[in-house]
Amino acid sequence: MTAGGITAEPPLAAAPPPPADQGGRLGRYIVGAFFLAPALFMLGVWMVYPAVYTIIRSFFGPTGFIGHWVAFDNYKTLFTTSNLTTAIKNNAIWVAVVPAMVTAVGLVFAVLTERVRWAVAFKTAVFLPMAISAFATGVTWRIMYQQDPNLGAINALGKTVSGIFSPAGPLQSALPSTPALVPKGGGMILKTPLRPGGVALLGVTGIPPDQVPKSSVQAVTPPSKDGEIVGTVWRDFKPGGGKPGVVEKGELGLGGVTVQLENAAGKVVQSTKSKSDGSFIFSKVSSGTYNAGIGAQTFAKPFAGYAWIGPNLIVPSLLIAYIWIWAGFAMVVIGAGLAAMPRDVLEAARTDGATEWQTFRRVTVPLLAPVLSVVFVTMIINVLKVFDIVYALAPESEYAKANVIALAMYFTAFQGAGDFGVGSAIAVFLFLLVIPVLALNIRRFKREV
Amino acid sequence: MTRTRVAIVAVTVVTALLAAGLAGARTSSHLSGNASIKGTITFDGIWTSSSGQKQFQDIINAFNKVYPNVHVNYKPVGNNLPTVLSTAVAGGHPPDMADIAQPGTIAQFVKEGKLKPITYAKSTIAKNFAPAWQQLGTYSGKLYALVFKAANKSVVWYNVPAFKAAGVTPPKTFAQLLKDAQTIKASGTPAYSIGGGEGWTLTDMFENIYLRTFGAAKYDALSQHKIKWTDSSVTTALNSMAKILGDTSNIAGGTSGALQDSFNQSVTNAFSSPPKAAMVFEADFVGGVITSSTKAKPGTGFNTFAWPSITPGPDASAVEIAGDLFVTFRDNPAIEAFVKYLASAQAAEIWAKQGGFGTGNHNVPASIYPDPITKATEAPILTAKSVVFDMSDNQPPAFGATAGQGEWGLFQDFLKNPADISGIQKQLETAAAAAYKK
Repeated sequence: MTAGGITAEPPLAAAPPPPADQGGRLGRYIVGAFFLAPALFMLGVWMVYPAVYTIIRSFFGPTGFIGHWVAFDNYKTLFTTSNLTTAIKNNAIWVAVVPAMVTAVGLVFAVLTERVRWAVAFKTAVFLPMAISAFATGVTWRIMYQQDPNLGAINALGKTVSGIFSPAGPLQSALPSTPALVPKGGGMILKTPLRPGGVALLGVTGIPPDQVPKSSVQAVTPPSKDGEIVGTVWRDFKPGGGKPGVVEKGELGLGGVTVQLENAAGKVVQSTKSKSDGSFIFSKVSSGTYNAGIGAQTFAKPFAGYAWIGPNLIVPSLLIAYIWIWAGFAMVVIGAGLAAMPRDVLEAARTDGATEWQTFRRVTVPLLAPVLSVVFVTMIINVLKVFDIVYALAPESEYAKANVIALAMYFTAFQGAGDFGVGSAIAVFLFLLVIPVLALNIRRFKREV
Repeated sequence: MTRTRVAIVAVTVVTALLAAGLAGARTSSHLSGNASIKGTITFDGIWTSSSGQKQFQDIINAFNKVYPNVHVNYKPVGNNLPTVLSTAVAGGHPPDMADIAQPGTIAQFVKEGKLKPITYAKSTIAKNFAPAWQQLGTYSGKLYALVFKAANKSVVWYNVPAFKAAGVTPPKTFAQLLKDAQTIKASGTPAYSIGGGEGWTLTDMFENIYLRTFGAAKYDALSQHKIKWTDSSVTTALNSMAKILGDTSNIAGGTSGALQDSFNQSVTNAFSSPPKAAMVFEADFVGGVITSSTKAKPGTGFNTFAWPSITPGPDASAVEIAGDLFVTFRDNPAIEAFVKYLASAQAAEIWAKQGGFGTGNHNVPASIYPDPITKATEAPILTAKSVVFDMSDNQPPAFGATAGQGEWGLFQDFLKNPADISGIQKQLETAAAAAYKK
């Protein structure tokens, strides 16, 4: 496929003059047919026959031929069933994005590798994905895209970065144990207003046993005292549930929790940390009503990860993985084109005072155009029939969103539905889409030869 | 049903190790006439050398002691059996016998006239199986299939330490289940682990809820689309289901986590240490996944309870099963002899003894199961008054068994948004109507 390498074979030795007798011409045909036969046989059995069969099959119902003629119904189904139209739409997105991106990325890599040290190592690294089967790539990326930062590499990176800027709080998953405690601004606040001498019971649940601070001891409620608001923060749970809102034996206090006292206007007037039995004291509280609560930083959740393979991001995630695979191919092909490019033209451009960008834009790219179009057209064909990466990467719950034509064909014909009629119609439709691109390719081959 | 295979493989392997020894076929009285029956039977099955092929071969070998001149040629096709089989049938060259996990596929083959009835085995089957089981093999009024292997799907698996930490015991009723789930949440562990990345785990949950709310008769009617999906009974069942799916903070990984979790992941979530959830609603084959991919031990680490009852009554203990149905594409004395043999308690015992096998054959004693967990999950299907087949397997595969489409896909949408019950009902009905029309 490297367009730069023009075959310069020596002209073939002149064919021997045809024998004079009439049988010779026939004989040559026989010999020709003899040599062609194996190829024709294989083409016939594995290409022509299945193609013709599929086209005929696409006009019949799901189960068989006789009595199942449905004319164009299967094609109607193809354009009216929502999951099939999604597949067509997605394929359009693939064709619009991938060939252009792959060509662009490949071009950038190819040009850059000409200028870096360790070019071979770099090229190898970029080309390596081509050596992995698309299915394996799909599985690998699926794991990298996992939402749980403990599983997915990409979200793990996000967690590490976000952990530096916003550390997780001590009680991430805690929930209020009674309706009296309500969420407010990321924290929780006790609805019941308190006056000096009051007691604030801040019970929380939903804390896994391994997240209870090690120093925790049995929760206690400090005795109420004039001029002070006292209270306790504790894990309001014991096996069986216990009584919500009541400090019971076996329930542990939660130390180190930031507790806040807000005045009637909602302004934080005091802030302190609870002790290991969960108790806390706001002293010297002037008269008025107050609300006690737990600060937001206590519940700060660690980075939970993006749903890369969730409903919103699945298509872009697939595109990225696919471009990752094919960028190396584009780089190598374009790189070969670059190597075959006449250097004197570049020299001339530079001598005439063109900048690097101008040389690239006005000389390199136009000269590379045939190679770029080879990559582009090859990618269009590849992308139209894309299948394995979607099958392996997308979770089943997102197949409907991630569907592409080839996948829809597989599911309709061979999985579950088992509808060979509609399946064939999809295959024929895909075939029709590929034909113009193929024709273009063949025409160019002819021109080049 | 490919997913169940993997799990069943695991169950088989693990429990086979527990089995005391290999099954020695009980040789029954050797009838002199048996030798006169000759022939070769081709049999396409799901079990491969890493799953139940050996056990099935043991059964074939035992059969050959009785019928020495019948050669059974078992072909281990593996997980893509439905594809291979439908292509073979479309091409006009099906095997003599096959193992099919989807009654929907069998119904389709019956409609197309591809299968032969097994009426000759009726009396043998009647001797060994309750009427409910014969019903499962009956299509268009004729007996076409033998339910050879069954997996109990009305089972919930729970993490024993997580239940202990929360101070709850296995619930008997659905109301109790929901209440216990809140207690488990308060203890700091989400109650539910849902493998919503695979739609069938969700349809299984719906089916158990529907079965236990409305009973087997109505369940069958819905399976056959005699009740529409827009019916008020479906609304009621979806409402109950939404009480689980809508409790997002009580699901491991929340809704978006559940949507990405495969079935296997949902099991490891609940039985790894520390657990990410306390229970998994799935069939007997969960046990195999637990033992192969976590360190939890039976009894102390994991255990099971029957799906809690919802409406009291005779159907409160109805069992939903999935399993392998044997069908015949041809008919001759050799095939007849083999089908009859497979329906016998003797054949079932050979595999049951080795584990990873459940049967509805009531002449197989529950004591034959090799370990307490298998006994707990499989014994109920021997005694269940009503048995129903996995609904999604019963429906046309376009609706009930295609990844990301039809019922599987729509229940995943329901998991995404459990509030929109009437919307999902309408979509289910549209998809079902389209699939049943074909």
